[in-house]
Amino acid sequence: MREVAIIGIGMTEFGELWQKSFRELVAEAGVKAILDAGIEGENIDAMYIGGMSTGRFIGQEHVGSLALEVAGLEDLHIPATRVEAACASGGVAMHQGYIAVASGMYDIVVVGGAEKMTDVVGGEATNILASAADREWESFFGATFPGLYALMARYHMHHHGTTQEQLAMVAVKNHHNGSLNPKAQFRREISIEDVLNSPIVAEPLHLLDCSPITDGAAAAILAPVDIARKYTDKIIKIKASVQACDTLSFHSRSRFDSLPAAVHAAKKAYEMAGVKPSDIDVAEVHDCFTIAEIIAIEDLGFVEKGKGGKATEEGLTALDGQIPVNTSGGLKAKGHPVGATGVAQINEIVMQLRGEADKRQVKGATIGLTHNVGGSGGTAVVHILEAI
Amino acid sequence: MGVARYWREIPARYNLIGKKCEICGKVYFPPRTICPKCRRKSIGKMQDYKLSGKGTVESYTIIYTPPPEFEGKAPYAIALIKMEEGCYLTGQIVDCELDEIHIGMKVEACFRRIQEDGKRGAIYYGYKFRKAES
Repeated sequence: MREVAIIGIGMTEFGELWQKSFRELVAEAGVKAILDAGIEGENIDAMYIGGMSTGRFIGQEHVGSLALEVAGLEDLHIPATRVEAACASGGVAMHQGYIAVASGMYDIVVVGGAEKMTDVVGGEATNILASAADREWESFFGATFPGLYALMARYHMHHHGTTQEQLAMVAVKNHHNGSLNPKAQFRREISIEDVLNSPIVAEPLHLLDCSPITDGAAAAILAPVDIARKYTDKIIKIKASVQACDTLSFHSRSRFDSLPAAVHAAKKAYEMAGVKPSDIDVAEVHDCFTIAEIIAIEDLGFVEKGKGGKATEEGLTALDGQIPVNTSGGLKAKGHPVGATGVAQINEIVMQLRGEADKRQVKGATIGLTHNVGGSGGTAVVHILEAI
Repeated sequence: MGVARYWREIPARYNLIGKKCEICGKVYFPPRTICPKCRRKSIGKMQDYKLSGKGTVESYTIIYTPPPEFEGKAPYAIALIKMEEGCYLTGQIVDCELDEIHIGMKVEACFRRIQEDGKRGAIYYGYKFRKAES
């Protein structure tokens, strides 16, 4: 296996981008990453693009081919593949790109992720997102996607004493970070009261405990470390890329206060990278709901099981905390264009490790981690990156 | 949805028929083709098994923002229920005040209308749960 580096990143602004189509989003993120890496179309060996439900959001499948066309690379006949794993589509696309380069099959690979979620109206977006859950045995009976995370939240609160306020503190922190990120969907601060007074979606989760519906795309360019030096001095090495899966349905899992796939992926990633949780300087985790971030920091070993709420309250994960989490604003404030999220997390960590994160820069960050989850935990992807 | 998609799940949804692994004796609901403990040894050895319908609430939520098929039904309760056979499932809790629901509550299955496919489409039935008699 070869060592793999990220030599370029790019992403669009995240938000309700009515003026931009899926194609324009893909083109914008891809072009930014290609220019950032300083590569030419002729250098590209393959493309992987994460998209959760392009078929239902814009009625368009086969978006690998579409991505190649919008990039103007069809004459090179580059293999372009769409990757799907619900909200972890982007993370799995990264993992596929990593495998392709590490194996020696391809040298330069473009990984992308995109979702255009605001071209559908009414409750349709929520309905499409519910397809990440088990249609026959969860959604059929009236369980919504926030509903499944609400079951996790109530369970965690009951068994570990996590409070509604601690959940709200995740949203407050991430909105603060989002206010420092020019690409974030929500660039404004909120208070604990704002969260607790927002409408209830699925008790105990309020509207401001939930990540939004977002349009956006992100991309990253991968290359073997020895070739990467030809293109850039700002080499970010992928020390670990691990995907793990579990049951589709939440009720069939072995635990309800944890995502066993994420625990498994994290353990293997730490082994692969030869680092410990305490070595991580900055992390982007999958906070699709506030409870998800609390469970994530436990699953990643930053804190003991059950201590995630308390740790959040004590500021462990704040921008100036011991282990800043979701410096970008996370899914909550930066926005969550599902297929793009895993690649957008990589963008943030690369910026942090390059020292380009401006007002939200974590000083001296050299090792960062991303944690991307599909559905209620059916897929989890963990990447560990290091500036070399 | 096509009627066949609904029809083939009727035994499980109407009568809580799951599967029991003949090798290890573990009961699965929703039904599974392969026992994840015994794997290949369980192939062809998964027998139909009717659950008692009795269980305990392990977690619950009140849905205020429902999906389109449940428009007008909110607020309603969804629970993670541990059945007495040891398997878990997801279902609605009905026939009680929402604030009566709690973790540890004993429940039993009942047969109810779940949703309908628009005004003229099929009506889908299945299990919901209510407070257990005893």
